Amino acid sequence: MTDAPAPAAAPRPARRNRLAWWRRLTANPMTLVGMGCLALVLVPALLAPVLPLADPDDTVLSARLTPPFADAGPLGTDHLGRDLLSRLLWGTQVSVAVGVAATLVAALIGGGIGLLAAFYGRWVDMLLMRSIDALMAFPYLLLALAIVAALGPSLMNALLAISIVNIPFFARAVRGQALAIRATDYIAAARLSGMPEWKIIVTEVVPNVVPVIVVTMSTTLSWMILETAGLSFLGLGAQPPTADLGSMLGDGRELIYTAPWVSILPGAVILILAIGINLVGDGVRDLLDPRLKGGALTRPAARTATDLPPAPAGAMPPAAPAPAMVPPGDRADRRAAAGARRAAAGLCLRPALPPGRAGLRRRTDRRAGAGPGAGRPLPADRRPSRRSRAGGTRGGMTTFLTTEGLTKTYRSTRRLPWAARAEVRAVRGVDLAVDRGRSLGLVGESGCGKSTVARMLVGLLPPTGGTIRLDGVPIRTGGFADRAIRGRIQMVFQDPLGSLNPRKTVRQLIEVPLIELLGMDGAARKRRVAELMDMVGLRPEFVDRYPHEVSGGQCQRIGIARALAAEAEILVLDEPVSALDVSIQAQILTMLDDLRTRLGLTFVFISHDLSVISHVCDTVAVMTDGAVVEEGPVDKVLGDPQHAYTRTLLDSVPALARATG
Amino acid sequence: MASYVARRLLYALPVLFGISVIVFLVISLIPGDPATAILGSFATPENVERLNRQLGLDRPLPVQYLTWLGGVLDGDFGRSFTLNRPVLDELADRAGPTLILAATALVLCAILGLAAGTVAAVHQYGWPDRILSILVLIGISTPSFWLGLMLIVLFSITLGWFPTGDMYSLFGGGGPLDLLWHLTLPATALAVVATGVVARLTRANVLEVFRQDHVRTARAKGLRERTVIRRHAFRNALVNLVPILGIQAGFVLGGAVYIEEIFQWPGLGRMLVTAISTRDILLVQGGVMVIAVAFVAINLVTDIVQALLDPRIAVR
Repeated sequence: MTDAPAPAAAPRPARRNRLAWWRRLTANPMTLVGMGCLALVLVPALLAPVLPLADPDDTVLSARLTPPFADAGPLGTDHLGRDLLSRLLWGTQVSVAVGVAATLVAALIGGGIGLLAAFYGRWVDMLLMRSIDALMAFPYLLLALAIVAALGPSLMNALLAISIVNIPFFARAVRGQALAIRATDYIAAARLSGMPEWKIIVTEVVPNVVPVIVVTMSTTLSWMILETAGLSFLGLGAQPPTADLGSMLGDGRELIYTAPWVSILPGAVILILAIGINLVGDGVRDLLDPRLKGGALTRPAARTATDLPPAPAGAMPPAAPAPAMVPPGDRADRRAAAGARRAAAGLCLRPALPPGRAGLRRRTDRRAGAGPGAGRPLPADRRPSRRSRAGGTRGGMTTFLTTEGLTKTYRSTRRLPWAARAEVRAVRGVDLAVDRGRSLGLVGESGCGKSTVARMLVGLLPPTGGTIRLDGVPIRTGGFADRAIRGRIQMVFQDPLGSLNPRKTVRQLIEVPLIELLGMDGAARKRRVAELMDMVGLRPEFVDRYPHEVSGGQCQRIGIARALAAEAEILVLDEPVSALDVSIQAQILTMLDDLRTRLGLTFVFISHDLSVISHVCDTVAVMTDGAVVEEGPVDKVLGDPQHAYTRTLLDSVPALARATG
Repeated sequence: MASYVARRLLYALPVLFGISVIVFLVISLIPGDPATAILGSFATPENVERLNRQLGLDRPLPVQYLTWLGGVLDGDFGRSFTLNRPVLDELADRAGPTLILAATALVLCAILGLAAGTVAAVHQYGWPDRILSILVLIGISTPSFWLGLMLIVLFSITLGWFPTGDMYSLFGGGGPLDLLWHLTLPATALAVVATGVVARLTRANVLEVFRQDHVRTARAKGLRERTVIRRHAFRNALVNLVPILGIQAGFVLGGAVYIEEIFQWPGLGRMLVTAISTRDILLVQGGVMVIAVAFVAINLVTDIVQALLDPRIAVR
C-alpha cells in the first residue's frame, strides 16, 4: 500500500453504483429465474385493475363450480359462481401487500428493539433480549395463532400476529450488527467529535445496519406470506368478502372432492411467489452479506473495502492497493514523500526491516560511539525550539496532562449465580505526566494496558480509580466530561480504515467536530475542512471520496484531520502508524512531528515500536502488565535502561540489526 | 459438563417464566367478556358479575396471573366450557396423536434432510447437488396446508391409496399398521418444509467442515473418501445440525396445526383451531402452554446433546 491516491473515479456518481449493483444482482442466473417467477405472479396481479376481469365478488349462482376453460371464465368459478381468475389476481395483491406490510412492521419494530438493546446495554438489553428469547421459545406458528386468538380473526390481526412472531429475527440480527458497530473506532471517533448518542445511532449506526435488515427481510418475507396465507386458510385471517390466497384455499378445501381446481391454483401461486422471493433473496444475500458466501469466514482478517459489511451499494470494486505513482501536480504528497525519504534515511526506517529493529540499530549506533549524525533528529533535550516552548509553559508546578493512580478493572459476568466473578486488572495505578507541547511515548507489549490508558485519557472508557488532570484540574472521573474538555483531548486510532465510517465522505468525516463541538456554519465549515486537509497533506479533490477509495495512509490523514478539527490540544495517538507500510509510516510520523511544532500540540504516543517512539517522543513510559515500570527522557530510557523489562524489550528486537550495527 | 447442564437448565427458567407471562397476557388481553361468552348475550348483568367473581376476573392482573400460574404448576388448567371437562384431561387425550405425528415428521425430515444435504455437499456443483437444490427450493417454498390438500386430491381421492383423514379406520382398524397407513400423508406433508431447511443447512455445514484442515489431513493420510465423509465431515457437521433439528421441532409443532386440521387428526393443533373459533380461552391457554413448554424441553435436550457431541461447547 502506498500513500498515492487510489485509482478511483474522482467524481463519484451514485447512479452508476446503483446500476452496477443491479448488474451484479442480475448476473446470477438463479436470481434471474427468481425475478421471472415474481414477474409471472406480480405483473398480472398488479394489472388486475386494468384487465378486463369480472368483479371478484360478483356471485353468479347459475354458474357455480364451472371447471376451467369452460364458458364461465378461463379458470372456472367457485361455489358461489365467482370468477376464479379475477379472484386469484386480486387475492394475490392482498397476500403480497399483507406479507410486505408485515415484513416492514417486523423490520421496524425488531430493528428498533435491536438498536435499543445494543445501545442502552445492561438491564434494557437484558429485559428486551429475554423477552425476545421468550417469544422465540414459542413454536413459530403457535404464537401467531395465540395472538390471533386473542385479537380475534381478521386480516389486520393476522398481519400483526405474523409481524410480532418475526420481530425476534430482526431484533437479534440488528442487535448483533449494532453491537459490532458500537465497538468500532468510528463510533469512538464520533463520540470524541461531540456527537450526541441519539445522533450517533441515527447517522452512524442505522445506515450500517440497513444491509442486515434487508438480508433478514429477504429470508422472512416468504415465510410471512406463507404464514398469513396459512392463518387465512384456517379462517383466522382475511374475512369474506375480502379474499387472499389463503382464504381462497380455505374455501377450496371444502370442495376438494367435487371441484379440486378451486384449491390447486391459489396454492400454486403461493408456491411460485415463495420460490421467486427465495431465489431473489439468495441473490441479495450474496451481494450484501459476503460472510455467508463459502470460505469468506476463513479468510485472514485483513481489512479491505470488501470486508466491511456495509459497502455502499456493494458496487465499488475493492480499492486495490495503488502502485506507487504520484500524479503530476500532487505537490503535497510529493513533499511528504520527500520528507519521508529524509526521515527514513536518518532514522534507518528502512522498508526492508520489520518495525522494531530500527530502534535497536539506533541504540547500538550510540553504543558504538556514533553521536547524533546528520539527518537524525536531535535528542529532545537538545532541540532548542522545543525546550524554549516547554519552558514557556512550565511556569508553575502543574504539568499539562497528568494521571494519578489511574486504574481499570474489568469484571467478567457470572456464569452461574453462585460462581465468583473473575477480575482482570488491566491498568493498575498508572502515573503519567506530559508538559504542554511535549510528546510522551507509551511502550509495552500487546495486552499491557496501553490502549486502555489511551481510552481513559480521552474519556471513551471510565476509569475504575485514579484521577486525570488537565492543567491541574481533575477531569473525567466518570465517563464523558463536558464538551469543552472533550474537544481538547482527541484520539487517533490504530486502524485507519476502521476508524472512519465507510458511508461518509472525507468532508463529512472531518466536519463532524466542526458541527458538534464548534457549531460552525456551512461556509466556515467548508473553508476549515479545506484548511485541515491541506494541513494533513490531503489533496482538495479527495473531499468527496469515501474511505475505501483512498489508501491506508490517506485514511490516517483523514483521522488526524478529524482530531485537529476539534481544536485539540492533546492528541492521544494509539499506534497510529502500526497498520501502515514502513515508508508511509515515516511520512505520517514526519507530518505529525511537523504539526506538533506548528500547532504546539501535546502528544501521548502509544506504540510497541521503539524506533517510532525514539523518533517522535521526548519522554517515554514503559508499561508492562498494567503498570509503568520505567519513565524518563527517551534517550536515557532506551539508551540506558534501568528496569529489567525495558532491557528485555530492547533485547527482543531481532539480532540481525545488532550484527550489522 | 454438569455445570453446563445446570446453566442450561437455569437459563430455561426465565424463558419458561416469559412464556407463561406471554400466554397469560395474550389471553387476558382478549377483547370482550369471557363471562358473557360463557353465559350468552342474554345473561343478566348480575349473573355476569357473579361469574366474573367466580372466575376471579374481578381481581387485578398480577393476582390473576399468580392464581393461574399456581393452578398450572398444580396441573390445574381450569375447565373447558365448550367440552365441559377439565382442560388437563383434554390436553392429555390430544397430546398423544400430536406427538406421534410430529415425531414421525421430525424423524423423516432428519433422515431425508441430513442425507440429501450430505450428498449435495459431497457433489458440490455436480448434478446431484443441482437437482437436490431445486427440490430443496421447492420444499421450503411450499405452503404445507396446500401440499396436504394436494396429497389428498392425488393419493386419496384420485388414486385411493391412502385415507383422507383421521387417525384410525372407523371399523376394524386400530393396529399399528392402520396407524401407519393413516399417518403417511399427514407426516409427509408436515415434513416437507422442514426437510428442505435441514437439507440446506446440512449442505452448508458439511461444506464448511470440508474446508477445514483436519479433513485435508484425513485425505492426505490416505483414508478412503467414504471414511473421510462419514467419520470426519458428517460427524463434525452433525454437531451444529443437532440444534437445528431442535428448531425444526418448533416449525413441525406449529405446522401440525394446519396438517391436523386438514387430515382431521385428533391432536392439539386441531383442538386449538376449534378452541379459537369457539373462544374457549382456557383450552387455548392450556394448549399453547403445553406445546411451548415441550418446545423448550426439546431445545434443552438438543443443546445438551450438542455439548455431548462436542465437549468444547460446554466450556465456552
